[in-house]
Amino acid sequence: MATATLHLPAGAITVDAAFREEVARLSGQPLELCFQCQKCASGCYPTQEGDYTPNEIMRLVQYGARDAVLGSRTIWLCTSCETCGLRCPNGIRIAEVMDTLKQMAAARGIAPAGETGPLFHNLFLSEIRAAGRVHETMLMLKYKLKTGNLFADMKLGWQLFRRGKLPLVPRLKKDPAVRRIFERAGGQE
Amino acid sequence: MQYSYYPGCSLEATGVEYNLSTRAVAGALGVELVELPGWTCCGSSSAHAVNKDLALGLAAHNIALAQEQGRDLVVPCSACYTCLSKADHQMRHDPGERARGEMLAGFSYTGEIQIYSFLEVVRVQVGMERVAQTVRRPLTGLKLACYYGCLLVRPPEVRPFDRAEDPTSLDELAAALGAEPVSWCYKTTCCGAGLSLTRPEVVEQLVARLLSAAREAGADALVSACPLCQNNLEMRRPAQEDIPVFYFTELMGLAFGLGEAPGWLKKHLVDPFPLLQRFSLVG
Repeated sequence: MATATLHLPAGAITVDAAFREEVARLSGQPLELCFQCQKCASGCYPTQEGDYTPNEIMRLVQYGARDAVLGSRTIWLCTSCETCGLRCPNGIRIAEVMDTLKQMAAARGIAPAGETGPLFHNLFLSEIRAAGRVHETMLMLKYKLKTGNLFADMKLGWQLFRRGKLPLVPRLKKDPAVRRIFERAGGQE
Repeated sequence: MQYSYYPGCSLEATGVEYNLSTRAVAGALGVELVELPGWTCCGSSSAHAVNKDLALGLAAHNIALAQEQGRDLVVPCSACYTCLSKADHQMRHDPGERARGEMLAGFSYTGEIQIYSFLEVVRVQVGMERVAQTVRRPLTGLKLACYYGCLLVRPPEVRPFDRAEDPTSLDELAAALGAEPVSWCYKTTCCGAGLSLTRPEVVEQLVARLLSAAREAGADALVSACPLCQNNLEMRRPAQEDIPVFYFTELMGLAFGLGEAPGWLKKHLVDPFPLLQRFSLVG
């Protein structure tokens, strides 16, 4: 599909209609219905720290601005709280779109500098693949080791441990059924 | 009333008091919870973010286990409840999704099993009248901001047991326990728990806003129905903020006069005992 250059206040971006169609197909959402009423953005607290509001993400997807969208901080700030989709007058489940965008970015290894969301998700899924369940103590430790930020939250971890909320020995067992699901799902962590 | 019970990973660690109090309160109400044999992680907040097939497959596997047991499934954790009920809804209403789920989890979906949150069981199956009859020590005078979190009642077509913008089930429960639910606007505003490890600075702002809104509304404490919310509201709060956050099941245990209730409350990062002593609810 042809690409073109679109000149926005933020600069020139390359657009590609194939991207819009791919997001629509994978998310199952009627992206073309977004008319920028901004109800999604007004109810969205977590992405206020991001580079785009949810309606701006929708517009960029409509444009086919693949790189801008998949490389954005906003998609990783979305917590899938569903407020946007609940309030959308056109019934677009924007959280589904955000999930699709995260999946596409993760599959291509695209993430903005300093964004550790994909790393966290991969560690989380590795725990499930290895043991069938998530051992929260190990997950927190592994994340801290990988990000090199071992001492942040140390006091918090100790407080949780003292109250018996971070057990060292979990009730886990390897489960071949879970392994098979990972294999059928493409083996991606 | 007999159900399969899916605790989920958090209820074995950071949400252990939610697990203990749910089991105890269910027993007091004559609801039998039988832990689902061999349950595995539902995929929670991570699977749907990076792999659509894993999100459906991991949830479908647990639905398959529940189907084998032949009992409806009760899920206290809002995040697990979301994953499982969404997958169930997909498979129930979309033949293509059903085939995908069956392929991923290697089973045949019958649709015979219903998935409930524990709050839903309390409201719909047990009923507030029965709850009120079980109260031995009413929580008189205690003003509560009922915090449903974002996931419990959304999306509305997946979980129609309560209103998606202004749910009332926790408020009804608080009233049945003798407490006073306050009116406030943040019942379903996201606390950012999914970002608690990766973006704590963002989460701290969300939590501070929620807790101060609860105070402004005149609440003595918040009530939660989710282990991720409860932990997040305690862990990421401003240093000077000491308003307690209870699980609804803990307050039920206190009001029912269950002896083990103080043991659950000792596990909180924010000490709720000064407040409870002020209202003569412990000791």
